[in-house]
Amino acid sequence: MGHQWGMVIDLDRCTGCEACVVACHAENNIATVGDKQAAGGRAKHWIRVERYYEGDFPDVKVKFMPVLCQQCDAAPCEPVCPTFASYHTDEGLNGQIYNRCIGTRYCANACPYNVRFFNFYNPAWDKPLDLQLNPDVSVREVGVMEKCTFCLQRIKAAEIEAAAEKRDVKDGEIQPACVQSCPTNAMVFGDLSDPHSRASRMAASSRGNKLMEELGTRPKITYLQRESWNGDENA
Amino acid sequence: MATKTPEQINEDLLRPLSVVSPRYFVALAIFLAVVIVAGSMFGRQIYDGLGVTGLNRPVFWAFYITNFVFWIGLSHAGTLISAILRLCNATWRRPVTRCAEVITVFSLSIGASFPIIHLGRPWLAFWLFPYPSERGIWPNIRSPLLWDFFAINTYLIGSVTFLLLPMLPDFALIRDRASGFRKRVYGFLALGWRGTPKQWHRLETAMHIMAIAIIPVAVSVHSIVSWDFAMAPVPMWHSTIFAPYFVAGAIFSGIAALIIAMAGLRKFLHLQEYLRPIHFQNLGKLLLVMSLLWFYFVFSERLTGWYGNEKYEMSVFWVTQRGSFAPLFWTMVFCNFLLPVPILAIKKLRTITGTVIASIGVVIGMWIERFLIIVPSLTRKYLPFSWGTYRPSWTEIIITAGTFAAMALLYMLFAKVVPIIAVWELKAGQSVEREHLETILAASEAEAGAD
Repeated sequence: MGHQWGMVIDLDRCTGCEACVVACHAENNIATVGDKQAAGGRAKHWIRVERYYEGDFPDVKVKFMPVLCQQCDAAPCEPVCPTFASYHTDEGLNGQIYNRCIGTRYCANACPYNVRFFNFYNPAWDKPLDLQLNPDVSVREVGVMEKCTFCLQRIKAAEIEAAAEKRDVKDGEIQPACVQSCPTNAMVFGDLSDPHSRASRMAASSRGNKLMEELGTRPKITYLQRESWNGDENA
Repeated sequence: MATKTPEQINEDLLRPLSVVSPRYFVALAIFLAVVIVAGSMFGRQIYDGLGVTGLNRPVFWAFYITNFVFWIGLSHAGTLISAILRLCNATWRRPVTRCAEVITVFSLSIGASFPIIHLGRPWLAFWLFPYPSERGIWPNIRSPLLWDFFAINTYLIGSVTFLLLPMLPDFALIRDRASGFRKRVYGFLALGWRGTPKQWHRLETAMHIMAIAIIPVAVSVHSIVSWDFAMAPVPMWHSTIFAPYFVAGAIFSGIAALIIAMAGLRKFLHLQEYLRPIHFQNLGKLLLVMSLLWFYFVFSERLTGWYGNEKYEMSVFWVTQRGSFAPLFWTMVFCNFLLPVPILAIKKLRTITGTVIASIGVVIGMWIERFLIIVPSLTRKYLPFSWGTYRPSWTEIIITAGTFAAMALLYMLFAKVVPIIAVWELKAGQSVEREHLETILAASEAEAGAD
């Protein structure tokens, strides 16, 4: 059995700093769309930090929840694509082949997490961001859908290196940009098919749950719910 | 009607083909202008990208898909109604069938263009064709969009055949009465029709087969269109009622479109003696039944959704019922139910004007219905953090207007080259009636003689 990449996100640790969002933009050549387009709902953030509030002021509790592609095992986005642009990889990822995409946007409608992003215009970057494009990642042209890849280019690089050295990929060797940039180590990436990986062990926590699991999508991201909400806030 | 001789029928029904008024050209120019403007807007959309529309995340489908469902729905006017009436041997259908079948072909063509217009990369639409390509993959048969592709193409081929078959004798008739270039064109279109008994027999058989075959195809087309939505796990889309609900809605809007088209033809082509109040009354009764059926579907859908009280569905439910989409929702209920039902149920009001008013209401209402099925669900899809809204851009509005102009344009052009009422069917109907009359007369004479 191959690798099954997954992630654990500890909501107790997330401070909502959005470093992951910035890192993701830089790593994956995600175009900036400008303030007007962003206000119209066309911003592209493969990972976003959702904010939820509970209670009335001043007793407000805030929950930050980073939401990215959940890399579902039973992904609603995959079967609806007429051209196989959206497909399931051997390693359990929801792949998106930009060159096959004709832009029906059906996958984005089918996705319950709204983590698919459409290129309404050709990509452009605010200066000087245009000078820092990552050569390992293709840019996407107008009319195609794009989404979080779990930093596939990093996964592939590590696998190739491991194969060259005739060994398995080590746990923790691969870090997607969001995981790497998280100052509080709220996110852990790893191989869920290995029961001893850090991600697998953390996912087994009693705090763990999956986002909208009831829809039957079998997501591969486990959220560790906020413990401090249940007990004393200052404990 | 029984007083018309075959020669008079020829004269009346073929007149529109040779007489053209200046008014016709003015109307043609206006519609053509709208179509050209809409086409250039589409050109700009291809050049710039779908950013010129009002689409956003999470509302990835809106006006274009509404138009798609709407026009595919209208296409059920023709073939289905005309096929059912043919199979039921409803004699009053004879002047109606062709205008209905033409609606099918044109509105299906317009509807089928929308999945291409709405694509992010429309120049790659041919990737839906299953052909051996250098990419080494077939299209994904699991995708409802591919089912659409096959269903719509089947229906288009079927309804074009269904339209063309009964046109052969009429083409031959025009051929025999024309000369020069027209004679050659219509001679080619008539495919060597001579009117031999063998040919008539084959035509009747072919029409019978097509009438039976086209009904399941038509039902499957709109079921599959509904599954574009029902197959996706989106609140209020993911519903088992959608397939029959869509088919009923399609026939509903189709009859309304047919009534409007017939009223137009009657007025502008002076066909008062052929498209008579009885046709409008009968179609009006059908429209009444469909209006009640439509309301029944909407009521069941809303009631079960509300009673189930599932949290994601309820956010969609309330945004349509009481929220920002409520004005549209209640306009739809008025146009599709409150307006047409009294008009069509009360015999005094079921006149030509009455049925046309009801039909205009239904066409508007059914366009809104499709919009309300598609958009509110997307604006309230699961996680409240990524809820959104939608406002159409001018590009979408003008392209939508362009499709109505295109429909009028195609219909006008068609009515100038083909008799919009099937000449031979009308004559056949009369001879059937005459035979019927003769047998009655003979019987009464025999009775009289026996006395």
